[in-house]
Amino acid sequence: MAMTIKSFGRVVFIALVITLSYRLQAQVTYDRILKAAAEPHNWLTYGGNYTSQRYSLLTQITPSNVAQLEQKWMLQDQVFGAWQSNPLVVDGVMYVTERPNDVMAVDAKTGRVYWLYRYAPAPESKVCCGANNRGVAVLGDTLYMGTLDAHLVAIDAKNGKPLWNVAVADVKLAYSITLAPLVVKDKVIIGVGGGEYGIRGFIAAYDAKTGKEAWRFYTIPGPGEPGHDSWRGEDWKYGAASVWVTGSYDPDLNLTYWGVGNPGPDWNPSQRPGDNLYSDSVVALDADTGKLKWHFQFTPNDGYDYDSVQVPVLADISWKGTPTKVMMWANRNGYFYVLDRATGKFLLGNNFVKVNWASGLDEKGRPIQTPQPNGMPTWPGNQGGTNWYPPAFSPRTGLFYLSAWENYSTIYRRESATYQPGGNFMGGGPGPNTPVPGAPSVGIGRRSPINNWTDAVGNGAVMAIDPQTGKPKWKVTQFDVTDGGMLTTASDLLFTGGREGYFHALDARTGKVLWKASLGGQIVMAPITFQVEGKQYVSVISGHNLVTYALRD
Amino acid sequence: MRGPLSLKQIAPVLVLLTLVASVASAGQQDHQYSPTEIQAGLRLYTAECSLCHGPNGDLMSGIDLRRGQFRRAVSDEDLARVITNGVPDAGMPAFAKLQSADVTALVAFIRAGFDVSGAAVKIGDPGRGQTLFAGKAGCAACHRVNGVGPRTAPDLSDIGASRTAPALQRALLDPSSAMWPINRPVRIVTRDGKTVRGRRLNEDTYTVQIIDDQERLLTFIKADLREFEVSTKSTMPPATSLSSEELADVIAYLLTLK
Repeated sequence: MAMTIKSFGRVVFIALVITLSYRLQAQVTYDRILKAAAEPHNWLTYGGNYTSQRYSLLTQITPSNVAQLEQKWMLQDQVFGAWQSNPLVVDGVMYVTERPNDVMAVDAKTGRVYWLYRYAPAPESKVCCGANNRGVAVLGDTLYMGTLDAHLVAIDAKNGKPLWNVAVADVKLAYSITLAPLVVKDKVIIGVGGGEYGIRGFIAAYDAKTGKEAWRFYTIPGPGEPGHDSWRGEDWKYGAASVWVTGSYDPDLNLTYWGVGNPGPDWNPSQRPGDNLYSDSVVALDADTGKLKWHFQFTPNDGYDYDSVQVPVLADISWKGTPTKVMMWANRNGYFYVLDRATGKFLLGNNFVKVNWASGLDEKGRPIQTPQPNGMPTWPGNQGGTNWYPPAFSPRTGLFYLSAWENYSTIYRRESATYQPGGNFMGGGPGPNTPVPGAPSVGIGRRSPINNWTDAVGNGAVMAIDPQTGKPKWKVTQFDVTDGGMLTTASDLLFTGGREGYFHALDARTGKVLWKASLGGQIVMAPITFQVEGKQYVSVISGHNLVTYALRD
Repeated sequence: MRGPLSLKQIAPVLVLLTLVASVASAGQQDHQYSPTEIQAGLRLYTAECSLCHGPNGDLMSGIDLRRGQFRRAVSDEDLARVITNGVPDAGMPAFAKLQSADVTALVAFIRAGFDVSGAAVKIGDPGRGQTLFAGKAGCAACHRVNGVGPRTAPDLSDIGASRTAPALQRALLDPSSAMWPINRPVRIVTRDGKTVRGRRLNEDTYTVQIIDDQERLLTFIKADLREFEVSTKSTMPPATSLSSEELADVIAYLLTLK
């Protein structure tokens, strides 16, 4: 059949439209990840780039137009439980995980799903605090996901088919993986959870092509290794020190930094005398070999479950007049730290919430511990002054942003615990400190749309800390506590949310709330931003919805 | 913005408190069994009861003495009667040889949850308690149970499921100290000068939800309010007009609501 001129013209028009809507899609090389900050239309690693600053150069959305944001699309997850995943965006395609170990490839402009990969973790998988997965890593055309049964799976980013699958640790011993892996060069770096089950934690690197283990660093030193004497007898074998939040990387120093979790049993420190290295520490590892370069321990012989799994935030700032490579860290133990990330030297530490488990830090940053008498409350409480939710840093404002829990405390119960492979190993537990005995209290995640615990047991705050002083420059309090992560931009906006389901845009310099949306579900991860076809988007997960905003067309 | 109640508001409560404090202080100890009684109960229990009921009180099926789970008994009187008369059908012998003080000691030990350092609240007759609730005690003037009564104070239809006997006793004698923070009374002055009083149902950073004294469900945007006060003082008067026995009856009734 001959084509008329009119229909020919239509075909050309359609072809043109299709061509225009094609986006440049290329492999995510290591070089691109290294320079991720230079392509702010994408979100290529858990923290946006290797510094984990969660600072984007996108400036289309500004303080003066942020009120014009409108919802563009919404994706609902199909599973039960809190949704803590951090999406990646690669050239218009978003990769997001949902419980327990599903991965979805989503069109970042429309929210429609290209493919869904479902990995079924072994039924004996054990996680203390939710079947979470916090996201994937990408290299080339491959995605990498840690699983609840402690496997590492490589997935084809184009079609969602598994490429390889290796066991990282033994699920029968209650090892699990909930964090998003970090790709450095040709390796995928991962850590293991299980801090309530007497694991021996480690960080390991795998060859991205083959899944072959390249190195392994135990977060508890074995016999003959430095730091082993910080444990008594056999305690090191089941001393926990899990790793459940993604680390950062400094390419100049070739060091990768990871936060390490609580020692086990969690709440009975007298059962494991010693500093219990490297629990509650940050470790700096050679990215090629996994060799320890330095460590800094925030809470020696921790009896409060003060996991140091916060994201290491790296920045090059002027420190007392000298350009310095620093690491900033708001810790679960209630103190904010600035460290020299080349050496691990302690530069500054200051508490950002009420603290009574220590009376202060000595000149090396070691806490002067003041354990409270039995039955008396400890500040901050078991969930900490802050926790795993990612903070942000803006090189423009020079401020470090975090979600904090204020006026929140816990009464600890300490019991002796016996290690049994794969079993609970906690040594007591945290009890609430409420104004009325038996009244409701806060816990992990929001349990009801009715806040019947109220600010009488603690409140949330967005804080902007000046790393030069360690003191908050401003803060915005919230009635309920918050697990919202942070996103900041070069237009001096700060996006965050909380358990109440409000999604906020704040002025990053003053903390003024410029815009908010009531999304209804708890926001338990940081928002991300990206750009498709010249339009800047902001995505946030609230409850069971991943909601994406952009300026009104 | 948030502050305590005005003097005008708390004045009547203060008067009541003072009035009753003197009455209450005399009889307060009567609401509970004494540590001596509980201690004596432990010795008697070990000698007379533990062979069948076990050291933890849970050897007989359907019965957990330590946790207050019985087949028939509700009140302390019921317990005393079972001990004295036995339950021949179920094979429990009568302990008629025990003096009344001994029986009281056993009840005290059971009510203390087998904890010699614990507190044992007296639990009376739920039927009499229900009558008091609707009448003399004045509870029904504000509280609703199973669809009957006003909604201004918290509905008590399932209060026995979330409160223990000691918590109920505390709530009756010193309401403010037992009030869950969410239930705190709220006083609001809107921008146009209207005053609204009610009980807090929910709150977040920007809004508050209340039921007001006319049983209306209202939400306020905090930024729109001239005044917003949440008080830690309960509007409930302490139940000090009740005798020790009457208090035990009301607690017994409340415990049945679940």
